[in-house]
Amino acid sequence: MQTSVINIESIRNDFPILKRKVHNDKPLVYFDNAATSQKPIQVINSISNYYLNYNSNIHRAVHELAEESTAAYELTRDKVAKFINVKNREELVFVRGTTEAINLVAYSWGRQNVQKDDIVVTTEYEHHSNIVPWQLLTKEKGAKLEYIGVDDNGELILDQLDTYLDTGKVKLVTFSQMSNVLGTMSKTEEIVKKCHQKGVLVLVDGAQSVPHLKVDIQKLDCDFFAFSAHKMLGPTGVGVLWARKELLEKMVPFNAGGDMIREVHKYETTWNDLPYKFEAGTPNIADVIGFSAALDYLEKIGMDKVREHEVELTRYALDKISAVKGIVLYGPPDVAKRGGVISFNLGDIHPHDLATIIDEDGIAIRSGHHCAQVLMERLDVSATSRASFYIYNTKEEVDVFIKSLNRARELFRL
Amino acid sequence: MSSADIYREIILDYYRNPRNYGKIENPDISKKDSNPLCGDELEMHINLRENKVSDVKFTGKGCAISQASASMLTELIMGKDFDFVKKLTKEDILENLGLHDLGPARIKCALLSLKVLKYGIYSYVSEKLKDTVSADKIKEEASGLF
Repeated sequence: MQTSVINIESIRNDFPILKRKVHNDKPLVYFDNAATSQKPIQVINSISNYYLNYNSNIHRAVHELAEESTAAYELTRDKVAKFINVKNREELVFVRGTTEAINLVAYSWGRQNVQKDDIVVTTEYEHHSNIVPWQLLTKEKGAKLEYIGVDDNGELILDQLDTYLDTGKVKLVTFSQMSNVLGTMSKTEEIVKKCHQKGVLVLVDGAQSVPHLKVDIQKLDCDFFAFSAHKMLGPTGVGVLWARKELLEKMVPFNAGGDMIREVHKYETTWNDLPYKFEAGTPNIADVIGFSAALDYLEKIGMDKVREHEVELTRYALDKISAVKGIVLYGPPDVAKRGGVISFNLGDIHPHDLATIIDEDGIAIRSGHHCAQVLMERLDVSATSRASFYIYNTKEEVDVFIKSLNRARELFRL
Repeated sequence: MSSADIYREIILDYYRNPRNYGKIENPDISKKDSNPLCGDELEMHINLRENKVSDVKFTGKGCAISQASASMLTELIMGKDFDFVKKLTKEDILENLGLHDLGPARIKCALLSLKVLKYGIYSYVSEKLKDTVSADKIKEEASGLF
């Protein structure tokens, strides 16, 4: 009973971890993909191949190993450019993850461009990593941080954006392309259009979208875009910041040190070309190379197929979970408007208790505030449980999950 | 421990019908803490009279373990000598809850109440009794819980 769009059996065979058992004999049902995805053997092999055969620092040395590692590292940049349809590869900066990418923009572009009484607009469904850097910046500058609210369907109330834009004080609008809690897909192109009409820049947090959808940067037409490798089959410790060349050229470096310089004298330094100006120090070479294999893997399946599979699985799961007595679901009811993320509460069972109970059945979900306490306040809950899917998840696993939810109901005498 | 052993009738009862839930006005001891990992919150208020706990109340939100633990702890210390309360250990709390074998993630839920209690006693002993030696010992115990 697999979804028809992709060959799940062969995909699952590529993920060694999916063969392991938890709690003695329970097959692992991994539904915590919004936190991090599992890694296929191709990615694991590519990292070990680097360490086994051509480990060396990049960009400087002239020996053969360094040529190979530099080429492999830079090849990933080309693949990322193709994957999200970026025109200029030098606009792609490797960072540690989405959080670092957003911080880079806040510290570098933000400090140069946001002044007293300016406004930075974010949303109520952001991850803390797209709130806290802006709190720090606006507090430091005496600027204001404003929020686009979330309606009862879990969608952004875009009229509020218009009101902020009309003040003429907005410098940046920053939001997630897909909410990590509600799964809501933002109307990114519409927001970008509105902002650009007023000359306002836009940062899009793609941490939850790039792993699950075909993302086309040129079509989105935003100004900054951030995402992480580890949520899309790649290793931890690798992320990407894309920004328009003309912005990156004017921005000051965020980290200073080796590889980001052209010439260093006692009191003056000139910067290296883009993107190296923003890649100080020895980067995470092995994992950037591993990310390359993850991109190949997703390209081979095709992002449209990935999305199709998740829509089908999410529809199935929503249908089943709605029938569980006492369930409260958050986020858009319409599958077309959301990703493969289902946040919920079950009766008066606290999410941590629920996660403990269903973990016994081998099911890994997330419980808590999901680094989105502003949204938890808006939903008026202290926490939710969250199941999130990826390419290797099946309808059979959803059935195991639903059965386990019913066991939790029994344990709590609901 | 299996869930069936954790979520016994008594734990669920204290979770759904917490005893001593509420606040005390101008209490002798008042402390609030949270577990940043899961967002559980707990606030405890205590009044002392003649070196005994004359009243104790708590408020909070969180999982069944953390809330039942807090409620059962208030019952355990109500009317008791302050010295008894000061000496309570992690083992006493787990024994009182009947939860002996919680994993590392959930034991914090069970011990949050004791942590709040110990930090509350610490503030009281150091600020009101000015007994820094005892206070430091209590603080050390509190921070060592998790």
